[in-house]
Amino acid sequence: MKVLVAVKRVIDYNVKIRVKADHSDVDLTNVKMAMNPFCEIAVEEAVRLKEKGVATEVVAVTVGPKAAQEQLRTALALGADRAIHIETDERVESLAVAKLLAKVVDEEQPGLVILGKQAIDTDNNQTGQMLAALTGLPQGTFASEVAVDGDKVNVTREIDGGLQTIALTLPAIVTTDLRLNEPRYAKLPDIMKAKKKPLDVKTPADYGVEVASKVSLLKVESPAERKGGVKVASVDELIDKLKNEAKVL
Amino acid sequence: MSILVLADLHEGQLAGATAHVVAAAQAIGGDIDILVAGEGVQAAADAAAKLDGINKVRVADNAVYAHQLAEPMGALLVELADGYSHVLASASTTGKNVLPRLAALKDVSQLSDVLGVESADTFLRPIYAGNAIATVKSDDALKVITIRTTGFDAVGTSGSATIEAVDFVADNSQSSFVKEELAPSDRPELGGAKVVISGGRGMGNGENFKLLNGIADKLGAAIGASRAAVDAGFVPNDMQVGQTGKIVAPDLYIAVGISGAIQHLAGMKDSKVIVAINKDDEAPIFQVADYGLVGDLFEILPELESKL
Repeated sequence: MKVLVAVKRVIDYNVKIRVKADHSDVDLTNVKMAMNPFCEIAVEEAVRLKEKGVATEVVAVTVGPKAAQEQLRTALALGADRAIHIETDERVESLAVAKLLAKVVDEEQPGLVILGKQAIDTDNNQTGQMLAALTGLPQGTFASEVAVDGDKVNVTREIDGGLQTIALTLPAIVTTDLRLNEPRYAKLPDIMKAKKKPLDVKTPADYGVEVASKVSLLKVESPAERKGGVKVASVDELIDKLKNEAKVL
Repeated sequence: MSILVLADLHEGQLAGATAHVVAAAQAIGGDIDILVAGEGVQAAADAAAKLDGINKVRVADNAVYAHQLAEPMGALLVELADGYSHVLASASTTGKNVLPRLAALKDVSQLSDVLGVESADTFLRPIYAGNAIATVKSDDALKVITIRTTGFDAVGTSGSATIEAVDFVADNSQSSFVKEELAPSDRPELGGAKVVISGGRGMGNGENFKLLNGIADKLGAAIGASRAAVDAGFVPNDMQVGQTGKIVAPDLYIAVGISGAIQHLAGMKDSKVIVAINKDDEAPIFQVADYGLVGDLFEILPELESKL
């Protein structure tokens, strides 16, 4: 079974973002970029499926600027066999990404597609679900466990009240939640080997997909800053403040 | 304009989130219908009919909608969406699971986690874990939106909308329900609680989370956790407050042994009053807390419980 895994280049998890002075967007100049953490989990799951002998080939795909090839090389270093880069400098929204991935699914015919549940830049949490709808494949979102069993996959999902397990027919789309696995770090020899693995470069036009969106970004602002308050010296003072000053007790 | 709101259900009953989504629909303006879909959901439909400002409640009561699996729910929404200008759901795990399918099948974008309405086509939504707020305008004919419920005060319950049955039954041969393990709790739901007390890595282990119980009992609080506490295996993930967990905005939020990573702050910084208890007086949580108490939580918590 072939596994397709989608990755996204985003601002590094630990970087504190700045809004541009003209409020047009977040300022990404000279900011450290990395693979989206949920995508790392997706790559790890795909590689583990290969190590278990369930998957025969792992193909990583990304949509983004030329620099996003760094994240594909990371996926290759972590164990993906080959990569597809759909290169564009446009701001590509979830729907367009899902349309592009649907074309790749059509071409590659994977048994399983694994994506992160959300990217930590736009926090949309849409692409996997949209891909499932467009391809007509079943979806298991927010997965904390993925168990392939013959022509089915059981997906345990993190839902608001606890956990839900569903069974999907294969091929299927899975999106990862945090507890699915702990991604490994790439080893130096694997990083070297990854440079020689095949990486195809395409454009949205190659797939006949229009990436323009009908949603426009009018303005980006910093949220209202919360000011720090006071330190209290004791539990008694805390209770007094909460009762008499904040009036929340 | 007319708006369809997908009702949130919790164990077959109408969840509190729905009244907040209706408030967001009112801010957009227009006729508001509610869709209640599931199996054995008459009580939830009756409760939805009582929400203020509802035109009608549409009920799809069929075994295929049990557990609100994504595939049949998406097909149902596609079937019903014609004639509506907006389809809204809460940004719960159900809303997030189902609504993007509707958007994709209608070839429109979705706006996620909307926390403010500027006009019928312009909305505010958080990006980068809430460290920036984007104003976005949608020119799509159908606007598909998930609502961050903390951004809107719940509507009242003095309505009496009509209830009508939906006959459409979706096919589903691709996905099936296996089991659910819901954490039993007699405490208020995290998302709707007036008081939340959360523990972090500083709690040391899962057993120590019991130190929060007595305080939560006295305050009628829900108990949450930071991602660090969840990752360390102290408590289950459904207790997680933060960018990748639940977003809460209670009247009082008490953070215990939580350092205050930006991903955690993203989930609680809109709380009215924040209290931080931490032994490290340099912890970033103190920069957002209204009241900080530096000290050993294992001494402070029992004292707080006894004095409340």
